[in-house]
Amino acid sequence: MAEKTKVKEEAISENKKTKKENKNLVNKNLNKSKSLTTNNIDTKNNIITSQKENIENNEEVKDKAKKLDSIIKIKNVTKVFDGITVIDDLTLSIKRGKFVTLLGASGCGKTTLLRMIAGFETPTTGTIYIEEQEVTDIPPYKRPVNTVFQKYALFPHLNVFKNIAFGLKLKGLPEDLKKDIEKYKQEQKGLLSFFKVKNYARKLKNSYILEKVKKALKMVNLEGYGYRNINTLSGGQQQRVAIARAIVCEPKVLLLDEPLGALDLKMRKEMQIELMNIHKNLGITFVYVTHDQEEALTMSDEIVVLNDGVIQQIGTPKKIYDEPANAFVADFIGQSNILTGTMVKDFTLKFLGTTFECLDKGFDKNEPVDIVIRPEDIEVYPEGSTKGQLEGKVISSCFKGTFFQMEIETQGYEFTVQSTVEAKQNTKVKLGFTPNGIHVMRKLRSINEFVGRMTSPTTVEFCGGEWEVETKENEFEKGDEVKVKVGFRDIELMDDENDGVIGANVTQSLYKGEYNQVQIYTDTDEDFYVVTTDEWDMNDRVGVKIKPNAIILEKIIEEVEDETKEDD
Amino acid sequence: MTKSKHSYHFKKSHFAFPYTIISIIFVIVPLLILVYYAFTDKYTGGFTLNNFSMFGEGSLWITLGISFLMAFLTTLICFLLAYPLAIALCKINANRRFILVMIFVLPMWINSLLRIYSVKLLFNDFLLIDRGFFLSLIGMVYDFFPFMLLPIYTILSQMNNSYFEASTDLGANPYKTFMKVKLPLSIPGIVSGVLMVFMPAVSTFAINDILGSSQYWLFGNEIYFWFQKGLYNIGSAFAFIMLVLILISVAISSALNKIVDPRSKSLKSRGETL
Repeated sequence: MAEKTKVKEEAISENKKTKKENKNLVNKNLNKSKSLTTNNIDTKNNIITSQKENIENNEEVKDKAKKLDSIIKIKNVTKVFDGITVIDDLTLSIKRGKFVTLLGASGCGKTTLLRMIAGFETPTTGTIYIEEQEVTDIPPYKRPVNTVFQKYALFPHLNVFKNIAFGLKLKGLPEDLKKDIEKYKQEQKGLLSFFKVKNYARKLKNSYILEKVKKALKMVNLEGYGYRNINTLSGGQQQRVAIARAIVCEPKVLLLDEPLGALDLKMRKEMQIELMNIHKNLGITFVYVTHDQEEALTMSDEIVVLNDGVIQQIGTPKKIYDEPANAFVADFIGQSNILTGTMVKDFTLKFLGTTFECLDKGFDKNEPVDIVIRPEDIEVYPEGSTKGQLEGKVISSCFKGTFFQMEIETQGYEFTVQSTVEAKQNTKVKLGFTPNGIHVMRKLRSINEFVGRMTSPTTVEFCGGEWEVETKENEFEKGDEVKVKVGFRDIELMDDENDGVIGANVTQSLYKGEYNQVQIYTDTDEDFYVVTTDEWDMNDRVGVKIKPNAIILEKIIEEVEDETKEDD
Repeated sequence: MTKSKHSYHFKKSHFAFPYTIISIIFVIVPLLILVYYAFTDKYTGGFTLNNFSMFGEGSLWITLGISFLMAFLTTLICFLLAYPLAIALCKINANRRFILVMIFVLPMWINSLLRIYSVKLLFNDFLLIDRGFFLSLIGMVYDFFPFMLLPIYTILSQMNNSYFEASTDLGANPYKTFMKVKLPLSIPGIVSGVLMVFMPAVSTFAINDILGSSQYWLFGNEIYFWFQKGLYNIGSAFAFIMLVLILISVAISSALNKIVDPRSKSLKSRGETL
């Protein structure tokens, strides 16, 4: 919503601007008319033309506003498959004419989101709008979108030409051709006129389709392949046919579901550039799904980073790379060093025992924060240099073509550094950090919070397990609803699931210097953040244990609930 | 290590030897005998076309017509029953689907004569319906149904859902998706189903003997009759005609299959280049 109003404001302000300019013009003309009374009529004409210009300008502004308008709006969409929430209350608007990429690891819900836009899935709750029209329950064949499928899904019983013409044959003819047929119909008289008109219409449609298919084939560089069979084409060629088949229908939005996933690296790079060109030439909106962050950064106007069905960040590739919104995005996009530190005050930051300058403000005093430093933003200086803030030891160094990739250890943290200057293994170096190379982010969560229910005065149930807690006498009764808080460091993970109160899967593990921040996912669909010195891998099955005195309980009072409802 | 000890190498094609021998004894040689008998005189052993003289009479053509009509109706009814059923089976979840498919295939494991006798019992004794053309038809549909269902079900269950999604995505409603994608893609299954039902149905005589009326004969009855009478030459001539007709229908079906097969060349030929 905020984005939409912003766009509107922009449009309005531009409108105002042009009005102002026109006013100035009119004033100038008036002045002229005062001074040059002899050319009175001329100047009047001038005024009229300038007013006309004014109107035209207004229309231009309107057009511009329309262009900047969002073509797809997704409002509070949730999708649940067999009890698993794939998309969680997601709201997103996609701007007209942009190349938008939905980026995320497999299983993050990006394909489901795309399929809901295409109409193959219906949201469990929420609404989807295309061109201001609600399409939530409208079947795919009535939507103004077309899809390029991951595995092409070309019809094996049709050749290239017929595959591409498939959508066109189903679509009606454009208005001018319809008029043409109507005209021909009126000219014909006699017994056979009906068949003549039919024949004429058929011929017209065939030539129209032929023309369109030729154009589409040219656009994807497949001229001369029209009568080839699908199974005689290579993967890359099939991909092109799939793209041609979709764009020939002139959709308002083209949806692409990991279209380059099955191609080899070289082919993929070529197709990336071609897709960008096609997007530029057509000017329609592209919604592109990929798990390949490099692909996303190369091709998109805008990237939507998804994780667990929730949007992590929306922004231009540069913004996503330079200013990741949180540790997840930073870790997912490009290589990065992620550390924990504290914001001493505005523009001053402390990590690894050293104070640094930074460009961020607006945090609480001494607020713990996540820090992201890209490998290429770290300078390496020789030992004893006056430059550089931290001292480190080179663990490994590896030449990567245009730069050296080094692992440099400082106070137990291993920095990944990319530099054109080589530092030999086992030598001591100094590391330099510049304020604009340090990205500070709010911690995603500072404490785990759940809603639970007391099963007895000293036990509480949440996340599918029954936990012992330390409580004061008569503080809680059986059946009380409680808010449960557990600190990151108070959770113990066990190798054996049976040793813990509940079992869970590790969904993410981030190394943050002295410790690992592990995200685990319980069978009841909830997340825990755990800070631990042990290393855990993705998809490890763990047991979860919490000390009774580490579980903080708060009674949920109904009045409070009502208030929050009103706030909403 | 001397190589000479292992001079004999067993090839994969050698596995086909046993069956080749069987097919020579039971298929190739009998066919040659059949052709020989069909074109020779019973007494002199010389070449003759007299064995085919019966085909000059109209009644034989009526028998042939009834046989083809019966086989055609059997195939059509089997198809009309099997196709929707196969679609429905594909939509059921995998565990239950197996059981249901088994229920339809199970009768195949019981001897077909036994099943036909049970149909006879059911209709004649319990429902008091006498033998006749339609009872014979019911018996044949019942007997050959699994042969139609299985190939269609197999091809439909292996069909990738993304084709239908692509079709609806390109603007085809469910009916058009069926006509333009699902049906054309399932033609190989339909063709093999049709062949599996039509061939045995056109040459059967046992089912008609048990369930059909005595007022008409099928071509299979005719062949059976001549062989039973010991007139092998005439019987062979009849069987030869049946063989030719069957070969023609196979040729037609495979031609039909080729039209829809994407690998066939018929799609390519067009004067213009694109």
